[in-house]
Amino acid sequence: MTALEARSVTVGFGRGRRRLVAVDCVDVALPEASTLGIVGESGSGKSTLARALVGLVPLASGDVLLDGEQLRTARDGRVLDPRRRVQMIFQDPFASLNPRMSVGEAIREALTVRGGSGRGTRAAEVARYLDLVHLDPEVAQRMPSRLSGGQRQRVAIARALAARPEVLIADEITSSLDVSVQSAVLNLMRELRRELGISMIFVSHNLATVRYLSDEIAVMYLGRVVEVGPAECVVSAPQHPYTRALLYAVPSFGGSVLADVELGEPPDPHDPPAGCPFHPCCPVGPHARPERTACIECDPRDGADQRPHRAFCHFATAVADQRAEETAHAARDR
Amino acid sequence: MGSSRIAQALRSPVGVVASVGLLAVIVLAIAAPLIWSGDASRIDILHASQGSSSAHWLGTDALGRDILYRVLVATRLSVVLAVLAAAIGAAIGIPIGAVPALFGGRVGRLVTGLINLAVAFPALLVAIFVASIIGVGAHGAVVGIAVAIAPYFARLSQTLSSSVAGSEYLAAARMIGVRRFRLLTRHVLPNIAEPLLITSTISIGDALLSLAGLSFLGLGVQPPRYDWGRMLNEGLNRIYVNPEVALGPAVAITIGALTFALFGEVLAKAAGAGGARRWLRGELPASTVAAGACDGDDVLAVEDLTISFPGGAVPVRSVSLRVAPGEIVGIVGESGSGKTLTAMAVADLLPAAAHVSAAKLCLFGSDPRALSASQRRRLLGRSLAVVYQDPMSALNPALRVGRQVGEVSEVHHGISKRAARDRAVERLRSVRIGSADARARQFPHEFSGGMRQRAVIAMGLMAEPKLIVADEPTTALDVTVQQQILRLLRDVTVSRSSAAILISHDVAVVSQLCVRVVVMYAGRVVEELDVDTLVAGPAHPYTVALVASVPTMESKREQPLASIPGRAPTPYDDIPGCPFAPRCPRASERCRAEMPPLEQHSPTHRAACWHPVNVLEKAAV
Repeated sequence: MTALEARSVTVGFGRGRRRLVAVDCVDVALPEASTLGIVGESGSGKSTLARALVGLVPLASGDVLLDGEQLRTARDGRVLDPRRRVQMIFQDPFASLNPRMSVGEAIREALTVRGGSGRGTRAAEVARYLDLVHLDPEVAQRMPSRLSGGQRQRVAIARALAARPEVLIADEITSSLDVSVQSAVLNLMRELRRELGISMIFVSHNLATVRYLSDEIAVMYLGRVVEVGPAECVVSAPQHPYTRALLYAVPSFGGSVLADVELGEPPDPHDPPAGCPFHPCCPVGPHARPERTACIECDPRDGADQRPHRAFCHFATAVADQRAEETAHAARDR
Repeated sequence: MGSSRIAQALRSPVGVVASVGLLAVIVLAIAAPLIWSGDASRIDILHASQGSSSAHWLGTDALGRDILYRVLVATRLSVVLAVLAAAIGAAIGIPIGAVPALFGGRVGRLVTGLINLAVAFPALLVAIFVASIIGVGAHGAVVGIAVAIAPYFARLSQTLSSSVAGSEYLAAARMIGVRRFRLLTRHVLPNIAEPLLITSTISIGDALLSLAGLSFLGLGVQPPRYDWGRMLNEGLNRIYVNPEVALGPAVAITIGALTFALFGEVLAKAAGAGGARRWLRGELPASTVAAGACDGDDVLAVEDLTISFPGGAVPVRSVSLRVAPGEIVGIVGESGSGKTLTAMAVADLLPAAAHVSAAKLCLFGSDPRALSASQRRRLLGRSLAVVYQDPMSALNPALRVGRQVGEVSEVHHGISKRAARDRAVERLRSVRIGSADARARQFPHEFSGGMRQRAVIAMGLMAEPKLIVADEPTTALDVTVQQQILRLLRDVTVSRSSAAILISHDVAVVSQLCVRVVVMYAGRVVEELDVDTLVAGPAHPYTVALVASVPTMESKREQPLASIPGRAPTPYDDIPGCPFAPRCPRASERCRAEMPPLEQHSPTHRAACWHPVNVLEKAAV
């Protein structure tokens, strides 16, 4: 059973020559009680996709399905979900909490909207949600300005949970936190997933964090999902050269910076290159191997369903082979 | 705005005048009609239309009523009407202005257009027009003025609420499903209330003036009621005979309007004065120059560096740091650990309020504090390069990149503009910016984030630096670009045999580039070690936890990550013992009472801990 599914979702901003397609015909499915990681760099469209799924950004086309049931869209293209079953946690807990609202009020607001509980039980409910994110019940009386970054992010998580969502989208929730706090928030997300059985979409630029939390990983580049598959497989046997570049780029503790993939300058998103949009930067594309003209001429989305990890790369299997070759080389050198 | 800030603003000279004036106006508005309404309405035909006398200081009107009493009694009606007009104007304008933020789309654009149109009309004309339609009298005047000032409130509330409209907390509330009315009352209005309140106060003064104007024209208050404007109208006929008769109400109008305007300004000042003030208050002690001979060939040698700010913040506490020629040293720490301030103290880039003291501070063999300002500038300008976290803010957006990069040479080496540009192009090429000649003619906004950071590095290289300070140089960049910039930094230091300090919150980044790593916590160096030891296992529990808490590609997905409970002390906290003790699982009584010194564990390893993690435990970890 899929909890949430995006079918050919496209999101665009602006008109005419300034038109920017931030999310380009994306298909992703989130199976129930699992976690889908979306990884990509700035400008890849991962945050826009997340915002579109919760109805904060209008869709240009495409459908969003929740529990297999298609969600209606408003006239402007925003996804409508009257029961608010999808909730999102934002990146910056300093911006996502109303500075003039106490923690208790913020959580109560989410409870009120969901309805169903009386005034008396609400205080108990607030305390319960605070407890769920490991905060003291007395925090309810405080204003956000009196909390640390990590505490604020916990409040934001509690507020999202108070709306009793079926799907929780976490958009870069650790990137504005200090290192020592990050891991506590990640642990909390793991715990909540296990205890509440919530399905999650975890959006991040950090492949290591995404890998740690996710069952499946979708890699986005220039508004497209260029590779998607089970987390361990994507990490151990990446099919798309961009995924490989991301993997190489993760700073390894005590490693060297020699691991060398020069990607060159990213293309202009207003005017993406023809064929495969990654070809000008691709280390195994037409620049390195002139015979690979397909990258410039053909859209790699055609036939992607037949490739492993649905990779948007004409030479996807070749990429895998090459990687095997490299490992063999490395082993021999050692 | 906090109540302390208001109290502080009210204690200023203008604040005292404004609050005394406001208090007087309020007291008069309440008390005057109760005490003097009899005197004000006593008709005395025998003494009609007189000038000032000892019995009637401001003279009498056509029915012989005392004008001073009438001016005092009229305070209530004048002020009440003005407050009413401003309140109604605000009540109409503010919600209309918030509409675009709540609805957006076509409705929002329509309302914005209407507001722009309404603001274009002259306010007094609108007031006269509306007042004449509704009917001559106090009602008409109040509504007329309310309608006239409403567009200004609408415009202000539209501008303010549009900033709230883009905020994430509004997006979050929308997502939860909060209804529009509640969005307005609980999320938008409370966050824009402050400036609106200030404007409302100021606009009471305006309304007072406009009402007087309408009454003066005969459109406002009608006899037998009277306000200041009405009285001004009546007194004007006699202005050449008894000017004091008109002067009374005129002065009252002026003082009333000024009082509200001044009080509004005081509130605005209180709202505008933010936290920075605390830093500047108190004495500003100069840097202490301590004796310390600069010998040895270290590029940088700092001993016992302490940085404090007036107000009691001590963000850096007795830090010692040494950088040998050609060495890349990393400083790791979380926000507030003092890592950036330490480096900025070396580069002489601290804010003026900072007080720096050090037992020894040697940069390239001389103490910058002992040099004159111009000598110091030359030393730092030629030998030190700083690379910041955000390359966009380090570049002037209005200057072409080539000119900007070349400027360093123009200033510090006195070469011509043309030669400087050629050199800039050459340096841009050396940081691997493609078609450097064309790129040099572009502006910073035409560069990508990675290229901007390259340009900043190129700028630093113009002067052949002996030390490069890179403060979180890759934090604002994408992961794939991060590696390129790190590699560039390493190549640059190696090829020019210059030293570098790399500041980062990311242990992994630092471990890739540096030979030696300094770990800072709460303003102190808690551990100093070579990268091999860092990888094999550090001795300080904080470093151990820092390394373990970052998820890596090898982290076990089934196990929770190591985390550090609690929060770091602030620079204001004066802790007698180890600053990490409250969060440390190994802390004992001694840790809480006594600060551990940096103890030598091996020639390249020092740690400040009473209970360091030993070799056997490391193996277990």
